[in-house]
Amino acid sequence: MTVEGTAARSATRRSGGTGKRASAARKKKAASGDPELVQLLTPEGERVEHPDYAFDPTPDELRGLYRDMLLTRRFDAEATALQRQGELGLWASLLGQEAAQIGSARALRDDDYVFPTYREHGVAWVRGVDPTNLLGMFRGVNHGGWDPNSNNFHLYTIVIGSQTLHATGYAMGVAKDGADSAVVAYFGDGASSQGDVAEAFTFAAVYNAPVVFFCQNNQWAISEPTERQSRVPIYQRAAGFGFPGVRVDGNDVLACLAVTKAALERARSGQGPMLVEAFTYRMGAHTTSDDPTKYRRDEEREAWEVKDPILRLRTLLEKEKLADKEFLDSIDEESDALAKRVRDAVRTMPNPDTTAIFEHVYADGNALVDEERAQYAAYLESFEPEEGEQS
Amino acid sequence: MTATRMPLAKALNESLRKAMEDDPKVLVMGEDVGKLGGVFRITDGLQKDFGEERVIDTPLAESGIIGTAIGLALRGYRPVAEIQFDGFVFPAYDQIVTQLAKMHARALGKVKVPVVIRIPYAGGIGAVEHHSESPEALFAHVAGLKCVSPSNSSDAYWMLRQAIESDDPVIFFEPKRRYWDKGEVDTSTVPGPGLHSARIAREGTDATLAAYGPMVKTCLEAAAAAEEEGRSLEVVDLRSISPVDFDTVQRSVEKTRRLVVVHEAPVFLGAGAEIAARITERCFYHLEAPVLRVGGFHAPYPPARLEDEYLPGLDRVLDAVDRALAY
Repeated sequence: MTVEGTAARSATRRSGGTGKRASAARKKKAASGDPELVQLLTPEGERVEHPDYAFDPTPDELRGLYRDMLLTRRFDAEATALQRQGELGLWASLLGQEAAQIGSARALRDDDYVFPTYREHGVAWVRGVDPTNLLGMFRGVNHGGWDPNSNNFHLYTIVIGSQTLHATGYAMGVAKDGADSAVVAYFGDGASSQGDVAEAFTFAAVYNAPVVFFCQNNQWAISEPTERQSRVPIYQRAAGFGFPGVRVDGNDVLACLAVTKAALERARSGQGPMLVEAFTYRMGAHTTSDDPTKYRRDEEREAWEVKDPILRLRTLLEKEKLADKEFLDSIDEESDALAKRVRDAVRTMPNPDTTAIFEHVYADGNALVDEERAQYAAYLESFEPEEGEQS
Repeated sequence: MTATRMPLAKALNESLRKAMEDDPKVLVMGEDVGKLGGVFRITDGLQKDFGEERVIDTPLAESGIIGTAIGLALRGYRPVAEIQFDGFVFPAYDQIVTQLAKMHARALGKVKVPVVIRIPYAGGIGAVEHHSESPEALFAHVAGLKCVSPSNSSDAYWMLRQAIESDDPVIFFEPKRRYWDKGEVDTSTVPGPGLHSARIAREGTDATLAAYGPMVKTCLEAAAAAEEEGRSLEVVDLRSISPVDFDTVQRSVEKTRRLVVVHEAPVFLGAGAEIAARITERCFYHLEAPVLRVGGFHAPYPPARLEDEYLPGLDRVLDAVDRALAY
């Protein structure tokens, strides 16, 4: 481990770590073998301890996390299928990143605020955004179909990294209000190269803003590996900005939850920002338009398959006898129902009215927009109605 | 209350002060805006009176300034961000065009981002490179943004108040070479024209000069000189570059039948091009001459020793008037 990494970790321990707990009998002490990686649940489904991040979920919590991840994966698969069927123009799959998203999102309070990229379907699910609302932009009927303030979940941001500044500004506002909410900015390994992310780190640090930077390092920025973005592990960058960074096993839902919770508590208590790098893998293509066979080997994907986030939690649930057949069947049924609901919703999703082009361009109205709207309406009016069409 | 005579810069300062007094959500942020009061002292004394939480010295990162201003606006604040000079705005251009301008629309009206971006712009002060540019067309071209530029102290005070009260993002272009020009400001009475209305700055009958910001004074001087030669020029102060108050320009041109548009920005694809096209459509049968434009050249802003050649002055404006009258 480098000097920077050590500094970052010890800063975490001073302020955000929840301390070492008395060991539960079922937990083993061994970690993953990677000293930099926070892990609480191994790929084999074994609970392990970490000195800084103790977490003892109840059986209900464990089952809840399993349900969240399974339903999110099913929704994601359904959306991919809908794209293949021509119902969506594009889909950005989260396959493989369920633990990073569900774990981090389950650490949030209702009054916290989330600024996502365009792949945070699992976070949206946890925040209570109806999954069908996520599909409007991929079908091409809107650019984001939900009210950000209903679930404290901002619209998807497509230009990578931009939202980290919005999150930081929002967090500065939270601090000015004297509130103890926190803000999470999601971004990826590719976005970590953007100047806006560096500026967000700077602003968050100097104003001590209550924001958690949650980077899902899924190893690939379309075709470019993380080595094209950084010479050091991404979490180590935080040290240079003056706040702690930590790398967590992004396929370990328990570790993602525990680490994010600690980072959020740290932010709430006035200790400022923290960077969490969730080390995970994009199992699918970048989007449905991408072809990963052009740039990465199957062996790499296969090596990550055994680290699957859902599989390892299921192994734990079964081993601990926390999930009986009835529970597992009920989730399968719920998952089928969700898929059907999503399918039906997308297939019946209406196209927007023509005049929607001119709506909400300005909050206070605008003479030019009004003029063009009227001109275009008059143009459309100038056509004879087609036979059978209501005039 | 009677009007007070004050420089344009002081009017902006008073405007910010009153806006901050009236609404605790109004914030001022930018490089050197706090202790120093800004490099032009527009924010002088504000941090002393309103504190560091409301008058925020930012890191030297323009994209960061606008990106965090967006976040603050989403939280319910009304940030007034200063970009120190026109040529420094481009690191923030992505946040302004890609995020700020579109956010209200892409949220289907569910969120508002009332951010004001103040930019001291245009030339005439003998500055070094990147301190004298007129990039307004690059912003006026973007749907979702409003762009305005005051030409005098009263407009500076009231238009900034109105820009801050607007729920839309407003790019507020301040004519830096007119900062020290004095004019009457009556802070007790809201003036008639709205933020996006043009104003007849001088009445005339032979031709119309349309301008905004720093070129209004130049046009008024040109009109005064023309009067000595027996020509009556009308001057329209456009005030708003997006949207443009075409109705006021149209009424003027229907009377004078000739139009010259003047701005410091390059003529090619500048605001004048749009005004020429629209007025030609609206006033085709009234026009006695093509709409002419006077402005900067399609060349980088020159070194200070050459800026008097680059900037439209009284003679170049009157030369265009001569050409319009010769048709």
